[in-house]
Amino acid sequence: MSTPLLEIRGLSVRFRTPDGVVCAVDQLSCVVERGQTLGVVGESGSGKSVTFLAALQLLPPGAAEIEGQILLNGENLLTRAPAQMQAVRGARIGMIFQDPMSALHPLMRVGDQIAEIVRTHAGASRAKAHARAVAALRSVGIPNPDTRARQYPHELSGGMRQRVIIAMAIVLEPELIIADEPTTALDTTVEAQILELIDELKVRRGIGVVLVSHSLATISSVADTVIVMYAGRVVEYGTASDIFSDPTHPYTQGLLSSIPTIDHGRGHLVPIPGSPPSLIDLPAGCSFAPRCVARIEMCTTERPTLTARTPTHVDACLVPPSARRITPASVPAGTGDQ
Amino acid sequence: MNHPMGRYLLKRLAWTILVILIVTFVTFVIFYVLPSGDPALRFAGKQPTPQILAQVRADLGLDHNVVVQYLLYLKRLVLGDTYGWPGLGYSYSSGAAIAPQLWQRALVTIQLILGGAILWLAIGIPVGVMSAVKARSRFDRISLVTGLVCMSTPVFWLGLLLLWLFWSTLGWLPGTGYVAFTTSPLNWAAHMVLPWITLALLFAAIYARVIRSNMIDTLGADYIRTARAKGLTERRVIGVHALRASLVPVITLLAIDIGTLIGGTVITETVFNLQGLGSWILQGALNQDLPVTLAVTIVVTVVVTLLSLIADIVYAYLDPRVRYK
Ligand SMILES: Nc1ncnc2c1ncn2[C@@H]1O[C@H](COP(=O)(O)OP(=O)(O)O)[C@@H](O)[C@H]1O
Ligand SMILES: [Mg+2]
Repeated sequence: MSTPLLEIRGLSVRFRTPDGVVCAVDQLSCVVERGQTLGVVGESGSGKSVTFLAALQLLPPGAAEIEGQILLNGENLLTRAPAQMQAVRGARIGMIFQDPMSALHPLMRVGDQIAEIVRTHAGASRAKAHARAVAALRSVGIPNPDTRARQYPHELSGGMRQRVIIAMAIVLEPELIIADEPTTALDTTVEAQILELIDELKVRRGIGVVLVSHSLATISSVADTVIVMYAGRVVEYGTASDIFSDPTHPYTQGLLSSIPTIDHGRGHLVPIPGSPPSLIDLPAGCSFAPRCVARIEMCTTERPTLTARTPTHVDACLVPPSARRITPASVPAGTGDQ
Repeated sequence: MNHPMGRYLLKRLAWTILVILIVTFVTFVIFYVLPSGDPALRFAGKQPTPQILAQVRADLGLDHNVVVQYLLYLKRLVLGDTYGWPGLGYSYSSGAAIAPQLWQRALVTIQLILGGAILWLAIGIPVGVMSAVKARSRFDRISLVTGLVCMSTPVFWLGLLLLWLFWSTLGWLPGTGYVAFTTSPLNWAAHMVLPWITLALLFAAIYARVIRSNMIDTLGADYIRTARAKGLTERRVIGVHALRASLVPVITLLAIDIGTLIGGTVITETVFNLQGLGSWILQGALNQDLPVTLAVTIVVTVVVTLLSLIADIVYAYLDPRVRYK
């Protein structure tokens, strides 16, 4: 077996805060293959951003305790010194952030913001770096890239800015792109375009993609594998078809049935009641137990471990599979529409 | 591309001219119209003789009605008078023309303030940046305490202390007074260095605090995380991306402070015996020399207006978003 592009092994991230230790990520493991998209899903606060900021050593220094391994082509990034990590960021791993309104420097021309990556990593001349910036802008579908490169972020629309950020992430042709909620701040039509662009880059360049989102709907069309997080832990992990057609964890099932779909209509929206627990002093058993409809007695005392359902599909749930809630796929379609 | 900037500049320039016109009008009203009694008496100084009063009336056109008086006043200001430009007349107490003195003294004060400003920026920026980057470190705490001491030290006391130490005790520096740069650059610097320090210490402390807090805000911004995610060196992230955003608001502050100091360096100028605008305003007030007071008032307000214009232009150049407002 060849080494995967990115493998996270047993990653835990804890923050010491005045209120206590925040266990933001607990024993997370996953794999991203070349030319594939890993979708990472979970409610806000479930530790998705922290996971990948930790992978890039972008968490505030000193604040976080990090355990585990982040293997990029088999090399553990966590053992790299901060200065060596700079060579990875932006060059081998491109990062796309949530809010394109605030992720670009407001006082610098967008072309310069892309070109400085080329200058820093490739030591290119000013002119050459600028040419590559313009080429990157063109490759993410920005019309008139020459003119756009000379503009400031506030002169561009939200969708355009997100394209600029994607151009920044890919200008040095990285092996991996991490997109942390890249479309959350955008409206739906732009969201579809941006997702399509990321998917196209994956196919065209054979790079690995991590697509983080709080919504399963966002990643449904582009993810090859999906990891579902709850309160800093993985609750279900499998291929996209595992997760979307045969979700086994009650939390995933809940997330899926809260997606408005055209054939189900709004009448079938079932939001998960309650809210995620505080990450300080997590309950002893399953973190999801207080909100879980399938909960059994054991759930509040014992912590579930990840268990294989099929060779590609794992979940962490103590409830016997037969007793878990029916999946949305088995809901008779269209009953509510008459 | 250049259109928004050009339009912005024109608008700002027109506004500045209007403000300066209003300033001349307001000063005219305050000095000529509002006080009761004969204006000639007020301008003529402490010992008015009939001849002087007659001369004042002729110089200022006091025999005409108020509107004509204002227009004459404006004409003298804009076109100058027999004593030079701007036409601010003649001090009837000291017998000296105002305009030449004004330029000479303004030169001294400007050197004092600009040198001081360079010094306080040279201290305030690095200290502020370091304090923000290493917030709550030992360095941050020491600079906070030192800053508080600097902020609460009275200027005259600091000036006298420096003079006592470096002049009378150590004998490293010559005493007070002003030596022109063209006479002897070294001597000029030796005479200016203590006034600069005296002026700069308070502001260095203030600017360090302001830059520290701007910098802490900026370091938490999303675009700083982006800069790090791009793999830029920490030096570039802080020294270019964060510093740039943190310094832009300081431009306005700098313009206000320099503007305020134009007429406000009385203590420093007095302690170090510098014949600048600050000590002039004091002399004018003590001698009831109205032409001097009027001159300094006009100069200070005009300079403040111009500084605010310059600050806006620099701001618009550094922050492209401003041009479109
Ligand atoms: N620097 C920090 N100090 C303390 N707690 C943090 C810090 N950064 C993140 N957290 C906590 O970690 C948890 C996970 O956050 P995050 O990964 O941002 O969630 P999300 O899944 O929405 O991306 C949150 O509860 C958040 O409060
Ligand atoms: Mg997040």
